[in-house]
Amino acid sequence: MSDEHAPATPPAAAETASEPTDRQHLLRIGIIWIVLSLIAMPLVYFVWGPHFPPGNGSDQAASQQHDNAVLATIAVPVFLFIWVYLGYALVNWRIRSDTPVSELPDGPPVRGHIGFQTTWLIVTSLTVLSLFVYGTAELVKTSGAGTGSGGAPIWTPAGYSSNLTKSKLLQVQVIGQQWRWTFRYPQYGGVETSQLLLPVGQAVQFNVTSLDVIHSFWAIDLGVKADANPGNNNIAFVTPNRLQLINIRCAELCGIYHGSMATNGQVVSHADFDRWIVTQVVLHARLIPQLPPYEDYYLPQTDGGYYDPGTNPLPPVDTGLAPPSPTPSSGQ
Amino acid sequence: MATDITAGATVRAGGEPADPAATTNGSWWAHPNIAYGVVGAAAGYALGHWFGNWLANGFQQIQGMGQNDYAVVLGYLGGTIGWLAGIGAVTYPLLKLLGYQATAQHETKRSLRSYFGYTLDHKVVGVQYLAAMLVYFFVGGMFALAIRTELLSPTNHLLPPGKYLEVVGEHGTMMMMMMTSAVIGPFGNFFVPLMIGSRKMAYPRLEALSFWITPAAFVVLLSGVLLGGFPTGWTGYAPLSIEATQGQDSYLVAFGLITISMIIGGFNIIATIINYRAPGMTWTRLPLFVWAMLVTAMLMVLAAPVLAMAGYFSILDRTVQTALFDVNHGGSPYLWQNLFWFFGHPEVYILALPGFGIALELLPVFARKPAFAYRTVVAGMVGVGLLSWFVWQHHLFVSGINPDMRPVVMLTTELISIPTGIVFLGAVGTLWRAKLRLTVPMLFVLGGLFNFLIGGVSGVFLSDVPTDTIAHGSFFVMAHFHYTIMGGYMFFFFGAVYYWVPKMLGRRLNTRLGKVHFWTLFVFFNSTFLPLFAVGELGQPRRVFEYAASLQTLNIWVSISAYLIGLSMLVFIFNFLKSTVIDDPTPIETNPWGSRGLEWMTSTPVSANNFDHIPEVVSGPYDYGTGAGPMATIGAPGAAVPVSAAGQPGEVV
Repeated sequence: MSDEHAPATPPAAAETASEPTDRQHLLRIGIIWIVLSLIAMPLVYFVWGPHFPPGNGSDQAASQQHDNAVLATIAVPVFLFIWVYLGYALVNWRIRSDTPVSELPDGPPVRGHIGFQTTWLIVTSLTVLSLFVYGTAELVKTSGAGTGSGGAPIWTPAGYSSNLTKSKLLQVQVIGQQWRWTFRYPQYGGVETSQLLLPVGQAVQFNVTSLDVIHSFWAIDLGVKADANPGNNNIAFVTPNRLQLINIRCAELCGIYHGSMATNGQVVSHADFDRWIVTQVVLHARLIPQLPPYEDYYLPQTDGGYYDPGTNPLPPVDTGLAPPSPTPSSGQ
Repeated sequence: MATDITAGATVRAGGEPADPAATTNGSWWAHPNIAYGVVGAAAGYALGHWFGNWLANGFQQIQGMGQNDYAVVLGYLGGTIGWLAGIGAVTYPLLKLLGYQATAQHETKRSLRSYFGYTLDHKVVGVQYLAAMLVYFFVGGMFALAIRTELLSPTNHLLPPGKYLEVVGEHGTMMMMMMTSAVIGPFGNFFVPLMIGSRKMAYPRLEALSFWITPAAFVVLLSGVLLGGFPTGWTGYAPLSIEATQGQDSYLVAFGLITISMIIGGFNIIATIINYRAPGMTWTRLPLFVWAMLVTAMLMVLAAPVLAMAGYFSILDRTVQTALFDVNHGGSPYLWQNLFWFFGHPEVYILALPGFGIALELLPVFARKPAFAYRTVVAGMVGVGLLSWFVWQHHLFVSGINPDMRPVVMLTTELISIPTGIVFLGAVGTLWRAKLRLTVPMLFVLGGLFNFLIGGVSGVFLSDVPTDTIAHGSFFVMAHFHYTIMGGYMFFFFGAVYYWVPKMLGRRLNTRLGKVHFWTLFVFFNSTFLPLFAVGELGQPRRVFEYAASLQTLNIWVSISAYLIGLSMLVFIFNFLKSTVIDDPTPIETNPWGSRGLEWMTSTPVSANNFDHIPEVVSGPYDYGTGAGPMATIGAPGAAVPVSAAGQPGEVV
């Protein structure tokens, strides 16, 4: 237990004599660590990285995939240092776990090492700060990286305007309600559909809102996630870059059928999109005037519906008699 | 000297010796006990329920529901008060309030019965906490197995969707709420006084109260199942929580009760550590576990009131129809998210820090070396505690709050890796050229460090907004926090169980079974949660009962591994019961691990006074190999500090 016993124990003394020096231990650990890292880091970045989720279905998703690969590559030496060190310690510095208490040898009484502690702090701080700079740069570069950026985003893509009529982005309002997603296209008369179709290569602005509880609009393959809040608009930007099917799920617990609040979307060619949206407008021509006027979000009125009886140009009793308005207009 | 700490408190309060009659064993019915507690709870619930129905007659018709929220909430509160009254928590304060000479409420001599009653002996409270926490943990674990069973198939459902959410909510709340005290309750209460050389806790009555609230919270939470459960999971997001049925009240009241337990338990720990250190127990000699307890208690005391208030708001919205979280009437759902996570993120460190404390406390013992970089490590733990207040908005990264906050929160969240890294610095330095003994506690510590590393690094993916986009709200998050909390916190917890139960119960757990428990748990834990990172990244949101068919193979793998975790826990339960209850009590060495710690210098079982003489601390707890003698002198002839009748000199250096 105390120093007096340590020299009296022959095996311990013999071990100490033949043990490598600190420098030798450090060198061995360092070499194993660096060699393994040099092998594993390129493997993770170049071989595994291109297969990381969420794939490259949109500019934002491709950027997230790249960020995942970068973070994973940086994580490799962190993992390896601790694993190599733990393994090395277990192999080299073990004594029998059933050693009687009275015969326990003591390790060297090292209380600290200024050089090691300083290096550790500098390395972790620099890593963390570069991660922050990199993350922020990526967030700004991709106009919010596909996340919901609130009703007044500060990093916006070219062509963005808070005025819908001036915006050059395709506006899609995503409306969550228990337990369904619907999509409104304000630039096409405010038509509301249960399908999400997007033209390939077109910058899209999702305006996400909810009619009841909090949902979260997760277009998995596009790398888009934005909470749908009642009484709030949550904007996310994305530019799909190839033809594909999109899986859409709700990522925020919203009640008992949260688990089945899923739908599919599709990225199609411009021509297909134009054909589809005109079909939708014609198909829903009688319904469009019955919808509440397009707003950033919808609050239930005193009668429990989403109309304001005072301002709604067409009272609900007019169902079926409303004039169709098939021409795409820039609705407000 | 025959009068013990509790009598001592009475002596000081009343200025007279304690009534000897109070310390004799009367018949069981003459004292408050669990049976009276149960009766009190039933009576209190009935009374509260009746009052609520009377108060808000017709409320259920307005709500279109079969039950009345007023009646449920008031019933729970009445039941809790009845329970506490029956168990004896209010006798002393009530008597003092009415001007009577209050007497100690329990026997001086520890008997089996005192483990089932309201007691002021911190050793008994520690054991009570340990037993209760294990029960809560295993009940929560059963819910987890039900979840995994449901997720065996994306299309065939064992549980209806509503029932599934009940199970998810009960599992999450049981683990995140009840287990906040899994370390500070059993080990903090039992060992903090022993490790700082104190004969008692600062507030023994509050300590007992903090424990006896937890069974009430446990029952209230479980009873939610009878009311249809709550659909919100453990996060209780409004407005879903406002529209939920009465099961939601059980969640809110149970969480409220636990916050009270956390606040008073935390104050007790803080006051004890600051004021009850033995002479010579300076801040730089304070064991790292005690430092961890101090920072944890600070976080508890400061974070829990925020949740208590948020829960109160939610109850108001549900009962008297305020609209604090209702956007249609001027409230905001963001308010709940901010308040909840302002509590919730420090709470994550309320779970992580005690684990760090255990790891850093056990490493020097089994490495036979001084704790490496002691002061830096303490600064690291305090830094984790401080930074934990500035990171909560990363839970709102995709929520649509003011977007320019996100780089700031990204920075603070990533900064927290620096103090967390310091904990690993301490571990790495302590292991350098150590004399490593791979005992069962040490296996759990090393396994916990391994798991926590994965949990911590995966957290970086969540702190970075672009990579968080895909991971947010998915199984990736779920895998991440199970790695930190179950893989870290609970591994360290089990390490502490194997390490300290010999002192607590006088029995050492079977080593061979302990190793089986460790290796099966370690393998199956990783086999369960590692695939879940992939499951989340591939598009499975949390808390769903249906998922993409392509993910079924991974989900089946995870479910089978989860069952095997259950088997591993059965090994532990068998070992625990066999070693502590069934096997003959074999006398064990008072210090089976050869630790320098002050707690191992007491007798086993620890006497009511802990130390016959107040120890005088003369060296640090981790001075292995430095040639320092024992850490403290206890009861040596001519000891510097005589024992006073009050039991505690309270002076510190």
